[in-house]
Amino acid sequence: MKKVKADPKGVLTGAHYLDGDFSIAEGALAAGCRFFAGYPITPSTETAERFAERIPYVGGVFIQMEDEIASIAALIGASWTGKKAMTVTSGPGFSLMMENIGLACMMETPIVIADVQRGGPSTGLPTLTGQQDMMQVRWGSHGDYGIIALSPDSPQECFNLTIQAFNLSEIYRVPTFIMTDECVGHMTEKVVIPPADEIELVERKWYEGPKDKYLPYKPDKDLIPFMVKAGEGYRFHTTGLTHDERGYPAINAEWQNICVSRLVDKIKKNAQKIIKYEEDETDNAEVIVVSYGITSRVSIKAVQEARKKGIKVGTLRLITVWPFPEDRIRELAKKIKAFVVPEINYGQIVYEVERCAAGQAPAIHIPHCGGWVHNPDDIYKVIKEAAK
Amino acid sequence: MKKEIERFEEKNPMEGFLRMDRIPHIWCPGCGIGTVVNSFANALRKSEIDLDKVAIVSGIGCTGRVAGYVKLDSFHSTHGRAIPFATGLKLANPELKVIVFSGDGDIVGIGGNHFIHAARRNMDLVIICVNNFNYAMTGGQVAATTPILANLSTAPYGNFEYPFNLPYLADACGATYVARWTALHLRRVTMSIQEALQKRGFSFIEVITPCVTIYARRNRLGDGLNLLKYYYENSEIQHGADTRTLGISYQGKITVGKFIDKEKPTFLDCMNEHLAKAIGDKYQKYGVSHD
Repeated sequence: MKKVKADPKGVLTGAHYLDGDFSIAEGALAAGCRFFAGYPITPSTETAERFAERIPYVGGVFIQMEDEIASIAALIGASWTGKKAMTVTSGPGFSLMMENIGLACMMETPIVIADVQRGGPSTGLPTLTGQQDMMQVRWGSHGDYGIIALSPDSPQECFNLTIQAFNLSEIYRVPTFIMTDECVGHMTEKVVIPPADEIELVERKWYEGPKDKYLPYKPDKDLIPFMVKAGEGYRFHTTGLTHDERGYPAINAEWQNICVSRLVDKIKKNAQKIIKYEEDETDNAEVIVVSYGITSRVSIKAVQEARKKGIKVGTLRLITVWPFPEDRIRELAKKIKAFVVPEINYGQIVYEVERCAAGQAPAIHIPHCGGWVHNPDDIYKVIKEAAK
Repeated sequence: MKKEIERFEEKNPMEGFLRMDRIPHIWCPGCGIGTVVNSFANALRKSEIDLDKVAIVSGIGCTGRVAGYVKLDSFHSTHGRAIPFATGLKLANPELKVIVFSGDGDIVGIGGNHFIHAARRNMDLVIICVNNFNYAMTGGQVAATTPILANLSTAPYGNFEYPFNLPYLADACGATYVARWTALHLRRVTMSIQEALQKRGFSFIEVITPCVTIYARRNRLGDGLNLLKYYYENSEIQHGADTRTLGISYQGKITVGKFIDKEKPTFLDCMNEHLAKAIGDKYQKYGVSHD
C-alpha cells in the first residue's frame, strides 16, 4: 500500500461555506477522484453539478450517464484503469445500482458511492430526508459480501469522510459508501479544506511481480489481492462469476466457498481497523443513545435536557456504520439499562444494536418515517423512560 | 530408455490470442460464436495494433463468454452493462482500444438503452454483436431480434412481436460505422472488424450466427450446415444500403454489407474542443499528451 499526499490541483484549500453535497464533491477531488459518472436525482444532484463544474480545471472526466445502472458500471470500468471513481445518488437510483454493486464486490473493485438519502419507498419524498437505505447498503445486492459504509453528520464531515471513503475503498478493494441524507446534504456550514500536503491518501496495492505470474485473485496476508491496471500488458481476466485465483470462472461449491468467504472475511477480519465512532459520557451511563448522521445532531438537545434532569446518558455516534461496531455494543450492553436508537426509518440499525446487545440491555427504537427529523422532545421522553 | 519421439505439434494459428488453458470452450457444435471469435483474432493480428492496449468487455449469455477466452485485458461484466462498463474503461484511459463483444439479448435487449446512448455520444468503442435471434444460454427464449413466426420457448406459438432492425437502430442513433454479416462471411467479418479497429467513433458490427442446439432445432431448420446454406442462398451484399430496408423476416432474405462509414468527432473530441473553447487556457485537456 502506498501512502501519498493529495495532488494540490484538486484541493480547494481554505475556509468555505458549503453544503454537504458540494463538500462530497470537494472531498472526492481532494482524494484524487478524476472520474465521475452519474445521473441526476434529488437530493444528491448538487454533488454531480459541483464535480462537472470543477473537473475541467483539475483534469479528469465527468459524464452524465443514461441511468444509475450505467453510472455504476462505468465506475467499475474506470477503476480498472487505475483511476479513482465515484458516483452519487439517492434511494431510487441506489436501488437501480444494486446488481452492479455486487459486481464491484465480486471483481473487488475500489469505487465510492454517496447516497444522499430521502424518504421512501418508491419515489417517496424526493426533497425530504430519510435514513431508510441503511440496511439496503449492507444487503441490497444478492449474495454474500462485505462493504464499508460511513455516515457524516455535517458538511465538514462530508468532506473528511469522502476522503476516508476513497482510502478505505483503495485499501480493501471494496465499494465504499457515504450514507448521508437530505438534511446533511443540503445543510450549509463552514467547511475547512486543509492544504494538499496535509491530506493523506492511500493507493491500492499494485502488483509488481513478473507479468506472466500475475494472479488477479490470489490474496495477500490481509486477504486483499494485488491489483493491476488495464492496458499494461497483464492480459488479465475478471468476471462476475465465481472464480479461481486466475480470475477464471470456477462454477463449483469449492471455489464458491473460497471466493465468497474471503469477500466477507476481508471486511470482517479487518473491522477493528476500519470502524470509527464517537463516544460521549458512556463511562457511567445508564442509557446510551446510539445514532448516526443528522439524527445524532438532533439527539444532542435531548441528551442535554436529560443530563440537566440528572439522568446519566451517554452517546455513541456511528461514523462507520458498516462494518458495525459489534464488540463495543456488546461491552456497553453489560453495563447499562438500555440503548435508545432514534433513526429516520421504521427500524434498521436498531436491529444490529439489539443483536449485539444479545439480551443484556434492551434496544429501544424511536422510529420516524421520514420527511423531517425527530422532535428532540420525543427522544428525551424515551431516554427518561429508559432510565427508570 | 525410451526415446521421446519428436512430434510436429499442430497449433491453431490463433493460439496467441486465446486463453488456451480455458479450451475447450462451452459453445455447442455448429454454433457460430467461435467463428466470429476467430475472425476477431484474425482482425487483431492483421491490424497489428498493440494488444497490451486492447481491452474487451462482454456481458452475459453465450456470446458473453467471449471475454473469458480471449487473451487480452478482459472483463465479463453484468447482463446488458458491457457498454457502460466499456465506456468507463475508455474514458478513464483513452489510450485503450475497447471492444464490446456480446450477444443481441445483451446489447440490444436488456442493454438497449446503453447501446443507443453510447451511439448518440459517439463513444469510441467497437461493438461486435452476435445475433442468433434468441436467448440461447437460458434455453431459447424469444428476443428483441427474433423474426416474426420463429418459434421459441416463450413464444411457443410463434413470435408475433416486431423485431429490431439493428443496423437501422445503430444508424439512427449516430453510429459512424455500421456493418452486418453472417457467420458464413468469415473474411468480410474480419475485414469489418479490422476497419472498425482503425476507426475512431462508435462502430457496430452485427454478425448473424447459427444457434443449432436451440433456435434451429426448435424451428426444424436442420444443423449448422443447413443454416450456412440458408445464409449462402439468402444473403445479398448491398454496401451502402438504406438501413431502413434491412429488417429480417423468418427464413427470408438477409441484406449484408457495410452500410455506414463516416467520420464524426468522438465524445472525448467534443468534450475537449468544447471545454477548451468555453474555458480557455485554464482547461486541463484530457486524454491528450501535454508534451
